[in-house]
Amino acid sequence: MSGSDDTSTPLDRRAAVRALVAERGDLLVVAGLGSSAYDLAAAGDHPANFYLWGAMGGAALMGFGLALAQPTRPVLVITGDGEQLMGLGGLATIGVQRPANLTVVVLDNGHFGETGMQRSHTGLGVDLVAVAMACGFAWAHEVKAADDLTALARRSRSKSGCGFARVVVAAENPPRVLPPRDGVHLKHRFRQELGLGVS
Amino acid sequence: MNQSTKHANVTDLASAPWHDDIFAALKKAKVRQVPYVPDAGHARLIERVHADPEMRGIVLTTEEEGVAVACGAWLGGERAVLLLQSSGVGNCINMLSLVGNCRFPFLALVTMRGEWAEFNPWQVPMARATQGTLELMGVTVLRVDKAEDVGETVSAALDSAFNSDQAVAVLLSQRLIGRKSWTR
Repeated sequence: MSGSDDTSTPLDRRAAVRALVAERGDLLVVAGLGSSAYDLAAAGDHPANFYLWGAMGGAALMGFGLALAQPTRPVLVITGDGEQLMGLGGLATIGVQRPANLTVVVLDNGHFGETGMQRSHTGLGVDLVAVAMACGFAWAHEVKAADDLTALARRSRSKSGCGFARVVVAAENPPRVLPPRDGVHLKHRFRQELGLGVS
Repeated sequence: MNQSTKHANVTDLASAPWHDDIFAALKKAKVRQVPYVPDAGHARLIERVHADPEMRGIVLTTEEEGVAVACGAWLGGERAVLLLQSSGVGNCINMLSLVGNCRFPFLALVTMRGEWAEFNPWQVPMARATQGTLELMGVTVLRVDKAEDVGETVSAALDSAFNSDQAVAVLLSQRLIGRKSWTR
């Protein structure tokens, strides 16, 4: 089991997300609600970012539907452990289909950061990498060192297999950086970025 | 992948031509992703989806997953339709906020249980709440009781969803689907 007995220094979540979207090229990103969305906004807003402000448990699945629809573009989901735990079955759904252009990154601080830092299941020993592997993801691993983030960013752009990464981050709440929260606006600008029609 | 459902009367249900009317409507509307939680009433349609190289059948562990998948599909320019049983409608409640907030086109085809010659009382509470649940979350509900109306109703729902950014559910009544055999 990983998580509770970890002794290495956890990563800074803002720096981790910055590294994952640096020089993003044609990358499409879906962020789960709460801190993950703030982290993505802090790294710089972009029309190919879709931020969830609710729909907890849906981030990876939304990225999955997007990845199927846009097989030539790399799709990165960035979400938290609590958000992914609410959609744990979704890892089975994705693992059965395995779009090669989808990478799900869970920023795992072992806590529900938005609601008062209660410990989550991952903080109590549940191993999401093992879950993803068991669900059939093509690759799944942990990232604990800043140097490994660059390799993860590269791999997530390579469209070489449906992947999962657990990035171990510190349990802290950096100041909120709020992305746009009008869903229709987010949808339209994302589709325009892809050259799709806006009704 | 073998997605077939072993069930006493699936073969009888599979012969009903309205299943093929739904499939034809989905094909005509260029629906590409079909997330579903299986139901015997959808068995024939699910088989046809899996057999079609232009469609992807996506088996879900719970119905709300399909709401998020459908929204992601549209974000990327593909059309998706969710197949589920009435008992799964309640599972979708919070995820439907994604549809409402972003005005995503959304279509769910719901096979009804618990409303007509039902043997299993555990199906009844959610059957009673199905239409209300959907409407409370902003989904327009169309209901079909006759086989000859299925194709046209699904076609109209597809137009409303994808041409007009509406959230629509078509309830396929239990009387239409037929009684479930409990004798073998």
